[in-house]
Amino acid sequence: MPKNILLHNALRLTVIPLLFILFQAGIIRAESAEEKGLAIAIEADRRDSGYEDSTAAMLMILRNRHGQESRRELRYRTLEVKNDGDMSLTIFDSPKDVKGTAFLNYTHKIGDDDQWLYLPALKSVKRISSSNKSGSFMGSEFAYEDIASQEVEKYTYKWLRDEIFDNRECFVLERYPVDMKNSGYSRQVVWIGKDEFRIWQVEYYDRKNTHLKTLTFSGYRKHNDSFWRPDRMFMINHQTGKNTELQFSDYRFKVGLSPDDFNKNSLKRAK
Amino acid sequence: MKKISIAILSLLSIGLLLATSASAHELNGHASVEARLFFNEPLYQDQEWNNGSIEFAPEYYHEWESGSSFTFVPFLRLDSSDSERTHFDIRELNFLLLGDPWELRLGIGKVFWGVTEFVHLIDIINQTDLVEDIRGEDKLGQPMAQLSIPSDWGVFDFFILPFFRERTFPGREGRLRAEVVVDTGTPLYESSAAENHVDFALRYTHIFDFADLGIYYFKGTGRDPILIPSADANGQPILLPFYQLMDQVGLDLQLVTGNWLWKLEVLYQENTMENFYAATGGFEYTFIGINGSSMDLGLIAEFVYDDRKDDAATSFENDLLWGFRLAVNDTASTELLLGLSYDLNKKGNVLQLEASRRLRDDVKIFVEGWAFLNTEPDDYYLDSIRDDDFIRLRIFYYF
Repeated sequence: MPKNILLHNALRLTVIPLLFILFQAGIIRAESAEEKGLAIAIEADRRDSGYEDSTAAMLMILRNRHGQESRRELRYRTLEVKNDGDMSLTIFDSPKDVKGTAFLNYTHKIGDDDQWLYLPALKSVKRISSSNKSGSFMGSEFAYEDIASQEVEKYTYKWLRDEIFDNRECFVLERYPVDMKNSGYSRQVVWIGKDEFRIWQVEYYDRKNTHLKTLTFSGYRKHNDSFWRPDRMFMINHQTGKNTELQFSDYRFKVGLSPDDFNKNSLKRAK
Repeated sequence: MKKISIAILSLLSIGLLLATSASAHELNGHASVEARLFFNEPLYQDQEWNNGSIEFAPEYYHEWESGSSFTFVPFLRLDSSDSERTHFDIRELNFLLLGDPWELRLGIGKVFWGVTEFVHLIDIINQTDLVEDIRGEDKLGQPMAQLSIPSDWGVFDFFILPFFRERTFPGREGRLRAEVVVDTGTPLYESSAAENHVDFALRYTHIFDFADLGIYYFKGTGRDPILIPSADANGQPILLPFYQLMDQVGLDLQLVTGNWLWKLEVLYQENTMENFYAATGGFEYTFIGINGSSMDLGLIAEFVYDDRKDDAATSFENDLLWGFRLAVNDTASTELLLGLSYDLNKKGNVLQLEASRRLRDDVKIFVEGWAFLNTEPDDYYLDSIRDDDFIRLRIFYYF
């Protein structure tokens, strides 16, 4: 017994103050939930960077609560930009009345994105009000902010827990839009796999903090030995019963796109 | 005209020949039926009350491996009452040669300049196909060589426009015209080269963080004619379009801050008779997701001013224009636009309502209503169409 007391005292007198000093000096730190959340988001972003540019085809299937379907075909190009968000160009192939319509987006890490829409009938390029984050993209259940490049800086984070989701070990984070004024959400809950830092599910909570939508990712495949991309994204709106499915195909990476492929001229000739 | 026909034929045959040698062809386009129903009896002799019409606009597109492409878009309208509205045009017939980073467009093409919603002051490359639509947004194909050079400081565009297209006007049987018919058979030109005068334009555009800026210089025959009272061979009064040479500079600017879009177009023109400026500008404010729905409502307010005041060749010389645009964001892409023009000199108002909706994947319906209110003889054109309030119904089939 006395031995234990001795040890106890020794701990109290030496080890604990030492730890305290180390904490103060920042050498050892207990991560807060916010820091852990941010660290996971940064790691997920790091693993996906370096793809340079990519192209893909996208089939968008819109379904109402009666199961009636409407399809849109799109093509998608994106370019990594150093020290800022990605540039992307989305071209509509169907329905045919919007064929040739193209949407150009310059994502910014900080502040509003820059967005333009090309209307082929008039041959005019229209700038879109960039705070249109919560607006529906093409009548789908995806808002502009859901399809835009998910830059780390667009949210603040908080790690909630670790959890098995769909037989996979996941981090569960909460993220909060930085642009609270224009985002349609108060928060999002994100499931990120521990193995490859791929997102498996996002729950969206509206500004009244009611569960609005859930997005699930499936059919992840590794491209160019480095970049994981899902073949399918499924967004369901719990309040309206409508859902939108995105099916991706023809992923290509490092095809040699440059900023000149993302200016107004390229918007006009995107067929 | 003969030279032009030969040029068109050779472009067409070169395009088709080159295109057949490679793989990727695309044939798209649309056909539409239209009814225009007028509320009141026509004011003028020879005018028919209503009209029905069909339109056909296929689009052939071919792209080579290099990204260079060939486009051919013929256009045909057949109208039940107005022989001037029955017309054929080549909207596009051109090669786009893609360099690095420049691009060159050769042939008949279409270019849009401007930012505002209602009055397109600086959209001056293509001639207006006025018989199509009174908004003036439909354009005739313009022969051109356009060299576009992007750089870090913006995009420079150089245009050579070797042939002039005359504006279309409704004929005797058509509505939405002045009492005296415009005779498009014998236009007058200031240039001795007439329609063969070679016009030139230079444009610079650049995107800043929150602003899109464009400036231009145009030298050549202006697209807006002056209408000169005259008489035809039978002594009937007619109006003869007179196309002047001009030098014009202009600017368009669009600023975006949050839900606000601010727009401005300004032009300054010098011709042998006068120098003047004109401007239009305003804002569009969008309410996103009104009442928790997915609908967006845009409020538009624009002002338009023309330095020539009452002598301006337009009804919009000192007017306020209001608009409400509703995007339902449903799968049928339902949209509504309500517009009202208010002349600050109290010479009349125009009320317009437009709605469109997809009926099927390949069928879309457009409905428009137009009313011309409180018109005064001071505004000759608007007063001439005071009894031409109408509904326009169009069904488009896309293929």
